[in-house]
Amino acid sequence: MSLKDKLDELHQRGLAEIKKSTDLKDVNQVRVSLLGKKGPITEVLRGMRDLDAEERPKVGAFANEIRDDLTAALTKRREELENAVLNARLANETIDVTLPGTPVAKGEPHVIQQIIDQIEDLFLGMGYQVLSGPEVEEDKYNFEMMNLPKNHPARDMQDTFYITKEILMRTQTSPMQARTLEKHDFSQGPLKMISPGVVYRRDTDDPTHSHQFHQVEGLVIDKHITMADLKGTLQVLAHELFGDKFDVRLRPSYFPFTEPSVEADITCFNCGGKGCNVCKNTGWIEVLGAGMVHPNVLKMAGVDPDVYGGFAFGVGPDRFAMLKYGVDDIRNFYLNDVRFLTQFTKKG
Amino acid sequence: MKISYNWIKEYLDLDVKPVDLAEKIERTSVEVDDVVTPSEGLKKIVVGHVLSVEAHPDSDHLHICQVDVGEDEPLQIVCGAPNIAKGQMVIVALPGSRIAGNVKIKKSKMRGIPSAGMICALQEIGFSDDVVPKDYVDGIYVLPADATPGDDVYDYLGMNDSLIDLDVTPNRGDMLSLNGTLRDLAAIYDKPVTLDQPEVKETGEAIADQLTIHADADLAPQYRMRLVKQVKITPSPMWLQIRLWNAGYRPINNVVDITNYIMLKYGQPLHAFDYDKFAGQDVYVRNAKAGEKLTTLDEGEHDLDDHDIVIADDQAPIALAGVMGGLTTSITDETTTVAIEAAVFEHDHIRKAAQRHNLHTDASQRFERGINRAGVQDALDAAAEMMTDLADGVVQTGTAVGSDNVPEPAVIPLSLTHVNAVLGTTLELAKVVHILESLGFTVATAGEDMTVTVPIRRNDIHIPADLLEEIARIYGYDELPTTLPTGRMTMGTLTSAQKLMRATRHSLEGLGLNQAISYALTTADKAKMFMMQPSAETDLAWPMSTDHAVLRMNVVTGLLDDIAYNTARKVKDVALYEQGRVFYREDGNDRPSEEEHIAGAITGTLMPAGWNQPAKDVDFYQIKGIVAAYLKDMAINGDVTYEANADMPEMHPGRTADILVHGHRIGFMGQVHPTIAKKFKIGATYVFELNLQAIIDMPKQENQYDVISRYPAITRDIAMLVPDEVTNDQIVALIEKRGGAFLQSVKLFDVYDGVKVPKGKKSLAYTLTYQDKHETLVDDAVTQAFEKVEKRLQDDLGAEIR
Repeated sequence: MSLKDKLDELHQRGLAEIKKSTDLKDVNQVRVSLLGKKGPITEVLRGMRDLDAEERPKVGAFANEIRDDLTAALTKRREELENAVLNARLANETIDVTLPGTPVAKGEPHVIQQIIDQIEDLFLGMGYQVLSGPEVEEDKYNFEMMNLPKNHPARDMQDTFYITKEILMRTQTSPMQARTLEKHDFSQGPLKMISPGVVYRRDTDDPTHSHQFHQVEGLVIDKHITMADLKGTLQVLAHELFGDKFDVRLRPSYFPFTEPSVEADITCFNCGGKGCNVCKNTGWIEVLGAGMVHPNVLKMAGVDPDVYGGFAFGVGPDRFAMLKYGVDDIRNFYLNDVRFLTQFTKKG
Repeated sequence: MKISYNWIKEYLDLDVKPVDLAEKIERTSVEVDDVVTPSEGLKKIVVGHVLSVEAHPDSDHLHICQVDVGEDEPLQIVCGAPNIAKGQMVIVALPGSRIAGNVKIKKSKMRGIPSAGMICALQEIGFSDDVVPKDYVDGIYVLPADATPGDDVYDYLGMNDSLIDLDVTPNRGDMLSLNGTLRDLAAIYDKPVTLDQPEVKETGEAIADQLTIHADADLAPQYRMRLVKQVKITPSPMWLQIRLWNAGYRPINNVVDITNYIMLKYGQPLHAFDYDKFAGQDVYVRNAKAGEKLTTLDEGEHDLDDHDIVIADDQAPIALAGVMGGLTTSITDETTTVAIEAAVFEHDHIRKAAQRHNLHTDASQRFERGINRAGVQDALDAAAEMMTDLADGVVQTGTAVGSDNVPEPAVIPLSLTHVNAVLGTTLELAKVVHILESLGFTVATAGEDMTVTVPIRRNDIHIPADLLEEIARIYGYDELPTTLPTGRMTMGTLTSAQKLMRATRHSLEGLGLNQAISYALTTADKAKMFMMQPSAETDLAWPMSTDHAVLRMNVVTGLLDDIAYNTARKVKDVALYEQGRVFYREDGNDRPSEEEHIAGAITGTLMPAGWNQPAKDVDFYQIKGIVAAYLKDMAINGDVTYEANADMPEMHPGRTADILVHGHRIGFMGQVHPTIAKKFKIGATYVFELNLQAIIDMPKQENQYDVISRYPAITRDIAMLVPDEVTNDQIVALIEKRGGAFLQSVKLFDVYDGVKVPKGKKSLAYTLTYQDKHETLVDDAVTQAFEKVEKRLQDDLGAEIR
């Protein structure tokens, strides 16, 4: 039997043994027995001395080839067996992935806060400041400087929590118009502000009335502000809060501190404008009041209405939240039932 | 005000459906509450002729009627109305009909007698009790004798008309009349309108010999009367009754109905007096005198004082001016001479009088908003004319005038540039002029400058801005362009305080608390609990209820109310925070100052039990962990320390700590005192409250990078027995002070005071971590430092190292 034949045979036998091995120990034994220093291949190579010089390199190369092949086969077999062991272990570790995750403590922002934040972010992006004013106001700012003199029918005692004759719980965020107009330095640029906050009315709490609720006032005063700008601004607001599909329409209304005064309606959520009982078959829902700031308001705050003018609007986050989410009782916002507070979890 | 579609159509040629008309009014003029067609929803309700009426054998009040409803055979209907009589034309709901409230009428038997339908009262076909003529309130309605049996009743009763209910804003008093509405619609639809011009026939004696008026022009800028004699009081004709009940008024008699009708048409409240009941021939418009009394038409008795304006004769008040007439001089069936009053009263007086006497009438509502001061005589003449036509009255010659101050019309300059600059439009002069003229305004132009004369009836228009509104609404808000403000750029950024408040909310939400918004108005008791500084309380002058009568001086009680609300609804685990204001007032000041606070409250467990973890009830250290983590987020530049406070009456004396920064108290935390918790009906609850304004105002530490050492750290553990009074803070402070240059951190890892520890002692164990940032620490150096600390603990705190 030639050396080459011998090597061939060793090669075949080796591969068979590798194939037969069933665990890592086997594989190791096979490796030692085949490729070890006392193994047959080494032995065969030792016999090369007897070959002539011409044959020697050929057989040597062949032997190396076989050794490499067996080494590769051993490595492969070992990996196979290792994988099998690992897979068996992992199979053992299988869990029910449908079991609930471990609870984490996580709090949610109040739904009204979410709406206020959304409004703030929108107007910050358009260059407005966010201002906050006192909740306990002077009659002067809450009414008089908003063009509601003492005998005005729109300020009947019924609606206002007075503390003294001149001090009251603000009934609206509008006094912040007067307060900011008084202070603003127009040489530094236009006045663009929103002012969110809590307001109070002398009402009995029921599903649609709350003695405490929120408003966001908006005010823009400059030399060339138009009613078209107001319309555009309200449209941007409606799109931000409700989505692009919602149209805004303006209707005439009356507020002592704006002229012209308008109320803004948006397309009814419930029916998309077709008409339903939510919108009293009009296809529209009233969402806010607005208008061009009344010259008297500017004058009383020391701003020249012949030079400056602009618009103001007031929105009710409570009403927005009720409309947007179909909340049927305004008291939910102030009773803080955890089952209510944790319903509004969508972020971004 | 409910305005009739048919009435409008008599004057304006409109080709629009009632709902579309209503929509147009809402878009252009005033809000519309509702559009109602009274016959809508009704079915098979016809005229019936009562052929015979017999008593029901088994009833003392039912009658068996044979009723001709225009079919071959009469219907037999059992009727319980007291006023049913043979020969009447009545309203019959046929079998299979639908009456008010969507009720279906079927053939039935009443006490054994078959009844094919129902004879109806007006209320049963949808009329409100308030508008049904008195004679028919408690029985069936009787139609005019010329009605045809079998006809639908709707047209006989004006029920096919549509009624548009206008919700008129306080500035648009002119819209509280047909004429005012017609003028607005004429402009809206750009159509001509011709209003009726009264033609009064004065065939009687001179009024001057019969009536003299003494009016204070400050109280009543205009006061006029006409006299109509030989009046015959009868029910009004159907057309007039229909106009009134469709507008929400009960028909009474021809004279009273005429005054109401003229008010609806002209917007001018009128009052009809029975002239013969006057004491004398003089009428006074004056302030009431203290002690005077008046019984008004509604039989209400009123004590008057000198704030009230009254109409009086020589002896006593006969009417509360502009609000309601008196009973003694009211029109009765026997009245023959009517004094009709048409006046203007100052709106302020009227508003206050209506409030004072709690009498809000249609007249007072109109005077409060202001009426057409140029139309007083027209309305008076129209009423007199109608009394001739409908009551055979003889109008006496002339009008008695007590005061006659008609204001000058407003003249307002307006430039086209201004119009377009404010509206954002590019309107042409001709368009603007046309809009204003269509509203009945007079416009003189010079170049693009206009001078607009506003009719007196539009008392809401005084300045250019008022004209802009008229132009904008008639032009159409839909037609305005949609743009955003341009001009100099402005920065929109939150202030650092606003950023911190947002960060506060995010931090506490991240720590597991839900944001609550509670009521700031609370009870007197709750307002002054958990006080962080002394303050006088601030009370509402006229609260609606004691529950919301005082301004809060703490935020915690609101959260405890919230927890109580949850607890009562079996929600056991509640974790809330609230950011809001408290109101501190100094004695002598009316107005409190407002301070931003942040508070939290937890009851039950913060981390609910899961299938793989048990629930852990909230305790002091959990809320402390939250407060500490939050304060870390706020990066206050200064040491935060916690000191036991056993003196807050609402807090557990052994489980409450003050929270201090640099030794300055900014809040407290701990367990609510069990007796307080019991008062709120809640379980064990842990709370904190911090002065957020103080946190905002404190200097902050900027974030900075600290090199992470490449050299290994060495740790040493130390366990010790110390007397119970020794606090963790003392131990840590000592270790930190004496720990040497390489001590990086001290961490408590065990506290034990169980059975194996001698009484009066506790066992604490800490891990001390040492590290040199610049080279590898030598063990010896650590040992030296550590031993120094051990010695100090023994010497200074009496620790027994274990």
